[in-house]
Amino acid sequence: MLNRMVQYARGRLDASFAALSDATRRGVLEQLGREDASITDLAEKFHMTLTGMKKHVGVLEQAGLVITEKVGRVRTCKLGLRRLAEETAWMERYRQLWASRFDELDEVVEELKRKEKVDGRKKRE
Amino acid sequence: MDARRESEPSPMNMPRTTVERKSERELVVTRTFDGPARIVFEAWTRPELLERWWAPKSTGVSLLSCEADVRVGGTYRFVFGHDASKTMAFFGKYLEVTPHSRLVWTNEEGEGGVAVTTVTFEEKGGKTLLVLHELHPSKEALDAVIAGMEGGMSETFEQLDELLVTLGASRTWAS
Repeated sequence: MLNRMVQYARGRLDASFAALSDATRRGVLEQLGREDASITDLAEKFHMTLTGMKKHVGVLEQAGLVITEKVGRVRTCKLGLRRLAEETAWMERYRQLWASRFDELDEVVEELKRKEKVDGRKKRE
Repeated sequence: MDARRESEPSPMNMPRTTVERKSERELVVTRTFDGPARIVFEAWTRPELLERWWAPKSTGVSLLSCEADVRVGGTYRFVFGHDASKTMAFFGKYLEVTPHSRLVWTNEEGEGGVAVTTVTFEEKGGKTLLVLHELHPSKEALDAVIAGMEGGMSETFEQLDELLVTLGASRTWAS
């Protein structure tokens, strides 16, 4: 799991650098930092065709920098990185909570095993 | 003789806890225990054992009371806190209790609806694979759980910020 998470993070990082290498895409991120916008809004603001803007948003989405959501006919774009980072941090804390619970549970299991062994021996005697 | 072989440490089987968000509404936790399923199951179903591991010391919060009537339709109530003045209760009821293999209960303390936890115990060669599956009522409910913990943290930082400002201000004033 951890390995997969690290790999996932690294893949995301490469994709993020690629996504940020373009001036329009950096502008789109800046714009979305101010407010959420539809692809149509963004296309207008950056004087682009809808298809061109869809491609840019697609690259940003792949990198996890932007998330999009379709409500009715309109696809709204918003910044995605923050949420992703928050979720990853929460998941790790949640994992640590269970890991420390289970470490203590190990001790209970050991104790019950020892007790069962002693009881078994007593029964045989 | 057998006992010695059993207790040999095996680095390949080191216990490892994993957590995964399986879908918008689901979280899955897994861990393998070095013991038969009947023993691991016992530790989850006897309140006096449950309370020994459910609130690990490292969290800094203690379990003030732990009541669990582990049978179908039976209820549980865990109360956590630093002391009796500020507590947090987790409660619900058991929907399924299948000895040594499966436990299902509801979590009814959440505001966004009822979440359901399913724990399965699968024994293999004297070890038990435990899978804990949490199904939240909606994507929004699980997002809120995640954001809520984050919110709690930022609240702490805000309080710290305020304290620093106050301390800084009083020092300026004093000098």
